[in-house]
Amino acid sequence: MSDTETSENALSQDLEILPDDAAVDLQAEFEKSQVQEVLDKLDNELVGLVPVKTRIKEIAALLLVDRLRCRFSLSSETPTLHMNFTGNPGTGKTTVALRMAEILHRLGYVREGHLVSVTRDDLVGQYIGHTAPKTKAVIKKAMGGVLFIDEAYYLYKPENERDYGGESIEILLQVMENHRDDLVVILAGYKDKMDKFFESNPGMRSRIAHHLDFPDYSADELEQIADLMLADQSYKLSDCARRALSEYIPIRTGLPHFANARSIRNALDRARLRQANRLFASGNKQLKKEDLITLTEEDFRASRVFLDGKLDGDLADGTMNEIKIDNS
Amino acid sequence: MAMTNPAKRVTQGQFSFLPDLTDEQITAQIKYALQNDWAVNVEYTDDPHPRNTYWEMYGMPMFDLKDPAGILMEINECRKTFPEMYIRVTAFDNAHGWEAPRMSFIVNRPSREPGFRLHRQSRNGRNIGYSIDAYAADKPEGERS
Repeated sequence: MSDTETSENALSQDLEILPDDAAVDLQAEFEKSQVQEVLDKLDNELVGLVPVKTRIKEIAALLLVDRLRCRFSLSSETPTLHMNFTGNPGTGKTTVALRMAEILHRLGYVREGHLVSVTRDDLVGQYIGHTAPKTKAVIKKAMGGVLFIDEAYYLYKPENERDYGGESIEILLQVMENHRDDLVVILAGYKDKMDKFFESNPGMRSRIAHHLDFPDYSADELEQIADLMLADQSYKLSDCARRALSEYIPIRTGLPHFANARSIRNALDRARLRQANRLFASGNKQLKKEDLITLTEEDFRASRVFLDGKLDGDLADGTMNEIKIDNS
Repeated sequence: MAMTNPAKRVTQGQFSFLPDLTDEQITAQIKYALQNDWAVNVEYTDDPHPRNTYWEMYGMPMFDLKDPAGILMEINECRKTFPEMYIRVTAFDNAHGWEAPRMSFIVNRPSREPGFRLHRQSRNGRNIGYSIDAYAADKPEGERS
């Protein structure tokens, strides 16, 4: 609570209209808003994503300048802040949305700064008359914060004309227009599907001011991400394991269902599984701390991505057959 | 009634002796309720009898809200639907030991509040029983303006 109050006070204490010849200090205003803190966090938490980060800094700058303009009573209209995040799975859309809510809160554009993350299921009802109250309940929850609609293109299903998604979109459009002060809507989804969604919903497109495209990660960036994840979980790679991982990443990238950071996390999870199994099977009951935190080469090399160029835990046979429990 | 209620206004719940709250003041009150984790709902009725405690609920009770804007939206919709009825906002505290409304105040009144008729009933001996009737509820439900 105290956090809310300080940042609110920081920006709203002296909002009386300034005379035309007054000067304002952009830098001081920027520091007062504590936005840099969030931007730094974004930089540290998320590897790569340079175009996205630049765009967010631009938006933050725009909003800050807008605030200053307000103080000279130059413009009083709330800027449209609704956004659209497109990108492949696992490129950090949700994380960025979370940070965005924080930035908007610090700049005073949303009152509470919480993020309500929903998908089609939370918005669209199952029978006539069910959709409107459901959508409205979600909107009411999101007011004062950010409404994040993941895979927003599912809202509109053109092949089924009796689908209730359209009703939900209509309510959203209305709220996005009439309650711009109260909430910010962020849509997210794959690029091609979102483009198709906007084509069939031009009203939605025109109400969204910022379109951010999340690029795929390069192999180097994915390695950095792996390092961050491992550090988070107190694991580390042996030198050979590191080499195996950097061989693994390009191969995995070429396979189907590649989901960027999420695929890396899954690969690491499976390596941990194999490590545990290896420690268990080795029969050596005297383990050191070093053994518990080190992932070795064989933990990675056992992956089917290496063995026969297929995905681990392929759904075809429903098993992860590279892991053999061997207690003998 | 004219002697005890010169403004001819029903006085129930909080703030009812004050001039009507502005939307800003209502927002501030709801904010307070939300800060205490109380569930806020909007209710309406056309029968202002003080013993009529169960008003109709407008929409669903609203849980897990962070910001009053959503509730104000609901209030305005209710005002649009029932401009000539009493509308109140109630904040319910579900904490163990309370489990009761902690706040309740009127946010909309009909343009005319005719007040109450006092019935005096002669009983055995020289006793008199008193009861009141809202003029607003004289007609059957559905035919009231």
